[in-house]
Amino acid sequence: MLYREAGQFKATYAEDSQIFPIRQDKIGFWLLMLVFGAAVPLLANEYWLKAILIPVLIFSLAAIGLNILTGYAGQLSLGSAAFMAVGAFAAYNFILRIEGMPFLVALVLAGLTAALVGILFGLPSLRIKGFYLAVATLAAQFFIVWALVKFPWFSNNSSSGVVTAQDVTILGYTFATPEAKYVLTFLIVAFMALLAKNMVRSSTGRAWMAVRDMDVAAQVIGFRLMRTKLLAFAVSSFYCGVAGALYAYTYIGTVEPEGFNLDLSFKILFMIIIGGVGSIMGSFLGAAFIVLLPIFLDNLVPAIFGDSLGAGFVSNFQLIVFGGLIIFFLIVEPHGLARLWQIAKEKLRLWPFPH
Amino acid sequence: MQFFIEVLIGGLLSGVMYALVALGFVLIYKASGVFNFAQGAMVFFAALTFVGFKEMLAKHLGMDADSSMVFWLSFLLAFISMIVLGIATERIVLRPLVNQPHITLFMATIGLTYVIEGLAQMAWGANVRGLDLGIVDEPIAWLMDNYEIGVSKFDLFAAGVAASLVGLLALLFQYTKVGRALRAVADDHQAALSIGIPLQTIWRVVWAVAGFVALVAGMIWGARNGVQFALTFTALKALPVLILGGFTSVPGAIVGGLIIGASEKLAEVYVGPFVGGGIEGWFPYMLALAFLLVRPEGLFGEKHIDRV
Repeated sequence: MLYREAGQFKATYAEDSQIFPIRQDKIGFWLLMLVFGAAVPLLANEYWLKAILIPVLIFSLAAIGLNILTGYAGQLSLGSAAFMAVGAFAAYNFILRIEGMPFLVALVLAGLTAALVGILFGLPSLRIKGFYLAVATLAAQFFIVWALVKFPWFSNNSSSGVVTAQDVTILGYTFATPEAKYVLTFLIVAFMALLAKNMVRSSTGRAWMAVRDMDVAAQVIGFRLMRTKLLAFAVSSFYCGVAGALYAYTYIGTVEPEGFNLDLSFKILFMIIIGGVGSIMGSFLGAAFIVLLPIFLDNLVPAIFGDSLGAGFVSNFQLIVFGGLIIFFLIVEPHGLARLWQIAKEKLRLWPFPH
Repeated sequence: MQFFIEVLIGGLLSGVMYALVALGFVLIYKASGVFNFAQGAMVFFAALTFVGFKEMLAKHLGMDADSSMVFWLSFLLAFISMIVLGIATERIVLRPLVNQPHITLFMATIGLTYVIEGLAQMAWGANVRGLDLGIVDEPIAWLMDNYEIGVSKFDLFAAGVAASLVGLLALLFQYTKVGRALRAVADDHQAALSIGIPLQTIWRVVWAVAGFVALVAGMIWGARNGVQFALTFTALKALPVLILGGFTSVPGAIVGGLIIGASEKLAEVYVGPFVGGGIEGWFPYMLALAFLLVRPEGLFGEKHIDRV
């Protein structure tokens, strides 16, 4: 009843091409921003901020990165965690080795470093396709983690390979409390998500989608394949790199290369499958789902089956539920949570009438 | 020179073990076009089930765990479990996803990987178990004495098993009715369907055969390195083998396995020391990647022709 666009007329092209053309959506969006940008840091406790909200935001960013590559440009990648590792260690080294490096600049440089590595590993995509490419991205995954472990320069000769992120300081203000870190992460992620949304709505995104749907056809009608594919790899890796840097600086603080393993890559892939392949909002939904599910199961399983089963059972149960959900989503709703949200909106427009 | 030959032979023989895992991938890919990422998990599941049944039988029947009776009985039970797993996969995962893009099926098998890993450990526990096939892992005395080349008996045995398995599969494919149907399905789903070959039965057969291959591979790998979760990572090495050999070729899986096995060991020994070692982990992937740049369809893969 309330969710209706009747009476909202668009008189200019600019009005017609807004992200949220419907007023109710716009109000809802700003309310959401207000809640997560202002109310949450004021009200949420430390556990929620540190263990749930910050990781959800960071993984959303990584998922957007993978979504750009896989969901929009159609290049399946199993190495997104490695690009996160590149971002994390690049940011660490930029801040460590360059005196007075501002954090935000280091973040951008970390993203650019990841983008460069991404282009390098994206080069084979010009020759090989599909599964062959997916296996090739595994090369990136294993090689990058190996290189970060083997060359101690990357971790500043730390004997265990573990590095501790420096303090995050912007214009003299140190982001030390979870609240401050959350707000910083929130602003960066929101900004980059907006950027991504506009990218996929513009000609760049259309080129990606054309290549995804059929690259030969796209080439025939004049898209430059090399540029389009490599741009997708670069942008995707940039997002993953920034997510990796945030992962190190605002989330866990101490990182080791082994933390960015194949499992994490799969997790990010699951986020976009469950959230919605080819949807920016789906990246957020998927990330929230994947972060919350283990926490939910950790609490639910002992509550149902009692404590006698032990941690091993719970973790195996989690594996099965994870895998089962992936299969379930692929069968029932291949477009993920984002599609469910869309259906809900369509239903809401008609409600309370049947047609 | 002797050292070189020793490393080469060791590499080739370990390559045979990779090929064994890759074989399972190829079988399923050929018959159903599904890139079955769960093959590694199936290897783990099969090995764990075999060892689990062996322990259980020994405990409940009061028999000696090393007796051949227990061995074959648990082999049979593990094989039946793999058949059940294959049929369940076909029924629950593949059938609802018929006609979906290949990439969707691939992602579904990633989900399947998690389910199988979880099931295996939930049923049998996550402890590392030893598996004794009765073949000692020691150099063959005759070669050692006469040529001073150390070749493990166990590796040779594994190679023999792999060779006979490939031979058996070749016979199955070439001379049986099921084999003919399998080849027809691999060639063209629709044409096979239209002449009355039951697609779903064929898929079940293929998954069962792939389960059998996984069981054999799992037993050999398990006897080598212990039956443990790390098996699933070793099985990932079968992926570069696949892209090197081509997804659709059984000989490709064998040749690819040999190339990957030999080159990875040689690289580790001769190049590894210069860059800090441990390059075995990624070298096969890089090799396969470099190779793909020259031949995008692998050694024996079918040439892909793009049409608009």
